Amino acid sequence: MKISVIITLKKDVLDPQGKVIHQTLDGMGFNDVNEVRQGKYFEIDTKETDNDKAKSKVEEMCKKLLANLVIENYKIIDPK
Amino acid sequence: MKSSVITFPGSNCDRDMDVALKKFGFKNKMVWHDDNELPKSDLIVLPGGFSYGDYLRCGSMASKSKIMHSVINFANSGGMVMGICNGFQILVETGLVPGVLLRNKYLEFICKNVFVKIKDKENKYFKNIDNEVLEFHIAHNEGNYFCSNDQLKEIEDNNQIAINYCDKYGKIEDQYNPNGSIKNIAGIFNKEKNVLGMMPHPERMIDKSLSGEDGSLFFKNLLNNLK
Repeated sequence: MKISVIITLKKDVLDPQGKVIHQTLDGMGFNDVNEVRQGKYFEIDTKETDNDKAKSKVEEMCKKLLANLVIENYKIIDPK
Repeated sequence: MKSSVITFPGSNCDRDMDVALKKFGFKNKMVWHDDNELPKSDLIVLPGGFSYGDYLRCGSMASKSKIMHSVINFANSGGMVMGICNGFQILVETGLVPGVLLRNKYLEFICKNVFVKIKDKENKYFKNIDNEVLEFHIAHNEGNYFCSNDQLKEIEDNNQIAINYCDKYGKIEDQYNPNGSIKNIAGIFNKEKNVLGMMPHPERMIDKSLSGEDGSLFFKNLLNNLK
């Protein structure tokens, strides 16, 4: 089963990379962008076949390694 | 006094630290990250470098390595653990010290000498040191110290700030903040002050003809405090 995880920076955390991407987009002519925030995306292929069990394992992975909860939020996408 | 320096894949200041510790009288051992047990030590050092290529987040992989279980136990039982640069990043990822280290504010790798003001001397790292200001070297891409407002209040209430970036007279102002760290924080302690994480490298300041000697002051003083 494949489960996807999206990690984003919390609202109050400065994202200088996102800012530079925004500036570059602006320079390219994409002038209607309000803000860009950069994040991370993971695809985890697990042997677990039970949907709920797999999700709770991935949640544990997020808390213990994939995200740093001081600055980041994680979102687990439901497997299809 | 016995010390141990942990080498992770990608550490590159481990041998500099070994030289520095030995120069001032520590009996130092190098310890591989994949080992389970620490040699008997009065001080553990997590050195600078780029452990695991800075993958995921700086220090995140190294913080889960085998030897870190022993380092965390050692720290939790009051042992002295010092993390420099990438070592500081590893410490925040273990949760031994609060906060995180973000990408530098202006997205530049910074490599230069800086001045830091010692904020707290009620600890074994800086107790009895005569100077108020030390000149150290920094070399990092992710040294922008950040924590939540609640954490910051707790850190300040417990006097956990170890050193702040400043000018040579000890003035702590925005213009002397190289990387955007909250409150110019360059190093912090855990609550009990046996764990110190800092971005500057004292081990690069132990030779007058090469750089400076403020690192010598630091290591000599540290050794005396541990005796």
